[in-house]
Amino acid sequence: MSGRVLVGVKRVIDYAVKIRVKPDHSGVVTDGVKHSMNPFCEIAVEEAVKLKEKKLMKEVVVVSCGPQQSQETIRTALAMGADRGIHVEVSGKDYETLGPLQVSKILAALAKKEDAQLIILGKQAIDDDCNQTGQMTAALLDWPQGTFASEVSLEKDGIKVVREIDGGLETIKISTPAVLTADLRLNTPRYATLPNIMKAKKKKIANVKPADLGVDLTSRLEVLRVDEPPQRQAGMKVETVDDLVSKLKDAGKV
Amino acid sequence: MAAPFARIFSKSLRQIPRPWGSSCQSGLRSRSTKSLPVMGSDHTSGVVSFPPLQTYSEEESMMKDAVKKYAQERIAPFVSKMDENSAMDEEVIKSLFEQGLMGIEIDPEYGGTGSSFFASILVIEELAKVDPSVSVLCDIQNTLINVLFTKLGTPAQKEKYLSHLSTDMIGSFCLSEAESGSDAFALKTRAEKHKDFYVINGSKMWISNAEHAGVFLVMANVNPSAGYRGITCFIVDRETEGLEIGRKENKLGLRASSTCPVNFDNVKVPESNILGEIGHGYKYAIGMLNEGRIGIAAQMVGLAQGCFDHTVPYTRQRVQFGKRIFDFQGMQHQIAHVATQIEAARLLTYNAARLKEAGRPFIKEACMAKYFSAEVATLTTSKCIEWMGGVGFTKDYPIEKYYRDCKIGTIYEGTTNIQLSTMAKFIDKEFEQ
Repeated sequence: MSGRVLVGVKRVIDYAVKIRVKPDHSGVVTDGVKHSMNPFCEIAVEEAVKLKEKKLMKEVVVVSCGPQQSQETIRTALAMGADRGIHVEVSGKDYETLGPLQVSKILAALAKKEDAQLIILGKQAIDDDCNQTGQMTAALLDWPQGTFASEVSLEKDGIKVVREIDGGLETIKISTPAVLTADLRLNTPRYATLPNIMKAKKKKIANVKPADLGVDLTSRLEVLRVDEPPQRQAGMKVETVDDLVSKLKDAGKV
Repeated sequence: MAAPFARIFSKSLRQIPRPWGSSCQSGLRSRSTKSLPVMGSDHTSGVVSFPPLQTYSEEESMMKDAVKKYAQERIAPFVSKMDENSAMDEEVIKSLFEQGLMGIEIDPEYGGTGSSFFASILVIEELAKVDPSVSVLCDIQNTLINVLFTKLGTPAQKEKYLSHLSTDMIGSFCLSEAESGSDAFALKTRAEKHKDFYVINGSKMWISNAEHAGVFLVMANVNPSAGYRGITCFIVDRETEGLEIGRKENKLGLRASSTCPVNFDNVKVPESNILGEIGHGYKYAIGMLNEGRIGIAAQMVGLAQGCFDHTVPYTRQRVQFGKRIFDFQGMQHQIAHVATQIEAARLLTYNAARLKEAGRPFIKEACMAKYFSAEVATLTTSKCIEWMGGVGFTKDYPIEKYYRDCKIGTIYEGTTNIQLSTMAKFIDKEFEQ
């Protein structure tokens, strides 16, 4: 099997940063905050690069939708081994309302344009936790999907995917072309070594506008309010089980 | 008014390659459209922009982040054990090579990264935040060994050594002896010429990386009657008969970095193993140490920052007398003072590095950077132990290690006194009529 893999990567607030809600409750503070590649997207890139190294795929094309800074995220993927990048420029108001529906339309359009055999995405982004883009993309393309993948093997007659589900592990076989979404245990992403960072400089990042792909970015969702989770209340210590039961009864919990 | 202004600026700017582009915002990586372009002034409008010193090209930024992540995940877990056992972990050494950190400026045709001197400085600083011993291993390789081979090596020598130096071989620089430290040119190691080979006899001391080095660059005198003009640089492979590596020193700090005496007992070295020209060794040594100085400055800055970064969170957590110890004004003033010193040391270091890259005179600035950074590291680590209180004094916390590690900064690669004397010589010349 040889062909093109399309990998979607998202620039998100770094996982180690303490998130703060904006004073007007319209969203979270992003200015001056450290951003990096979504951890699940890193795993997706790693899987794609591995497939190329095993000579099962010919080319890894990495895509990101967002403002200028998304190019840094694409660069990081290039430093991990992707061949070239596509930056879909979305900024300002459009970027604030950009969600899985629009991104999946963009990815579907790009998959057709680039003639991709495989799309690998992270299972979800750590900022919105939507877990929808992969599934929507597959539906728009009418391609099979292997989501929450913890193991992927390309075989002659399709792709075997081991999925992490609530009950345990599920193994399915799907035909290509297909969409896969990466779960935590799929692989351990490599570090961008310094020589690869230098090589990444020479790799191309193409600039594309959503309009060029015929995608309408209007959102069907409106964020009304963003709040922090409620402060954790202090607990109470009790001496005996009877005490516990009576306290629970008082609080109306039993 | 604009025209003469532009002229003055353009004269001094003509040679500064500084990254154009966005100024640095905290937290966001700053980007420039090119890496290390030559900055010219805009003659038409007379307006020139001066990016702050902490402006990095995109590749420098990416490398900094990559090394930070790597150091946290692959080196941090071993630091305590390496210090305790006075031994560098083999896995750590291997991963340094794998990440391309040992051949930062080496050309990709020899398997190196092909990046810039400033990138090396950033790498050394980031590594030192986690472990100054690992940082010095990387520093010596990049700023001393690789530079010597790249600048002075014949095509054959480069072919033989550079690809190994970037992928699997560590190098050591042998200058100091028991009787010649600061007075380096009083070295006694002798190289006697016989037909087409030399025989080296002598003893070197305080040689870093010696335990793991595969190649040694040895400064020996071929003609003692000519004084320092006889000093020549020889390439000696580890397996050469007669080369003996002595017992590792049991040191106060930088314990994971091996420091050994190296003895030469009738070591035969072919003429083709001379690096550069005969009798020019003293020049090479001085030249390389000027650059290595900036590397050590970066190491000390990283050390200070790493120590500081471990300490401040503690002061924000520890509560005494009903408030965080950070909230006491006395503490705040001390912490702010130290933070200022570290920032100043960093700026001296970055500026010296950029000056060197620009091909401008940088020796005085390099001395200043090294001297100041070492002093700042000493101040920072000492203060950090005090701020941590009792726990700062125990080995369960990493602070005391930084305190022990910092002292060597005022000693190696040119003692503080030597740095000050060198600076004074420059100052004296500046005021010459």
